Amino acid sequence: MDFLVVNFAEILFYCLAVLTVAGGIGVLVFKSPVHAALSLLFTFVMVAALFLLLHAELLGAVQVLVYGGGIMVLFLFVIMLVNVKTLAPEQAFLSRLAPLAVVAGVLLGVLIAFALIFGVLVSGHGDGTALRTVGGAEIGNTEAIGAVLYTTYLVPFEIVSVVLLVAMIGAIVFGRRSAGLEIEGGGGES
Amino acid sequence: MEHYVPILVFSVVAITIPILLLLVTKVIRAGSPDPIKAEPYECGVEPTSFALDTRFSIRYYVIAVLFVVFDVETIFLFPWAVSFDRLALFGFVEMVIFLAILLVGYVYAWKRGALEWA
Repeated sequence: MDFLVVNFAEILFYCLAVLTVAGGIGVLVFKSPVHAALSLLFTFVMVAALFLLLHAELLGAVQVLVYGGGIMVLFLFVIMLVNVKTLAPEQAFLSRLAPLAVVAGVLLGVLIAFALIFGVLVSGHGDGTALRTVGGAEIGNTEAIGAVLYTTYLVPFEIVSVVLLVAMIGAIVFGRRSAGLEIEGGGGES
Repeated sequence: MEHYVPILVFSVVAITIPILLLLVTKVIRAGSPDPIKAEPYECGVEPTSFALDTRFSIRYYVIAVLFVVFDVETIFLFPWAVSFDRLALFGFVEMVIFLAILLVGYVYAWKRGALEWA
C-alpha cells in the first residue's frame, strides 16, 4: 500500500500513457471514421490529463477546450464533407502509403528519443516547478504563462494573431461560393 | 494533487450515471426488437439517407474554422487577464494590437458574408 501512495504520480502517469497510446491505436484500427474520431477525442482528453499531472493546468484546459472542442468539430466536419464511405479504392491512396508511414514514424520516434536523451544530458532533469515559477516566486501556471508569454515571447504572441488571421481568411476564401462549383445536397438546406 | 479529488468524484459520478441508466433500462424494459425501430426517426417519414450518406455544406466548415480561430483568441485572453496587474499598460497595449489584427479578419469575414447563411 505504501508503494501505491509513494509512487502515485508515476502509476497515474503510466496508466494515462497506456490509455493515450491505446486511443491513438484506436484511431488507426477503427473502421468507421466517426469511431476513429471519437478515439482521437479520447486521446486528446488523456493528453489533457497528462498536462494536469505536470501541473500545467492552463495547457490541460486549453487541450480540452481547443482540441476536444474546436479541432474535434473540424475533424467530424471533414468526415461529413468528404463522405468517406463512397470513396473509390483508387481515391483512398493514403492506405497504400503504409510503408512510408512506418518509415516516418520510426524517424520521428528516433528524433524524439534523441531530443529527450540530449535534453536530459545537457540541462538535466527539471525540478517540475518551472511551469509555475517566475523570477523565483512560485505562482499559478496560468499566471506564470501570462507573465512570460506577454513579455519574453511578445513577438511570437503577436505573430500568432497573424497566423490566426491567415487561417480565418483562408477558410473564407476556400469556402466561398464560386459559380459552377455548386455541390448538391447541402446538409438539409436547399 | 488532493485538489483534484472533487474532480475525480465528479467524473466518477458523471460516468456512473449514464452506465447505470443504460443498465437499468436494459434490465426492466420490455424487449421486442424490430429493424424498423432501429431506423432514425424523421417525423414518421421513411428516412431517405443515413448519417454518413449525407454530405454537409462547406459553409458549416467555414463557420467551424471561424469558431476555432476566435476560440484560440479567447484562450489567449485568459493568461493575459490573470497577470494583468503584472503586465500593466504594456500588456494592455500589446493585447489591443493582438485584437486589432484579428479584428481585421472579423471585418473581412463580415464583409464577405461568411457570417451570413444565405
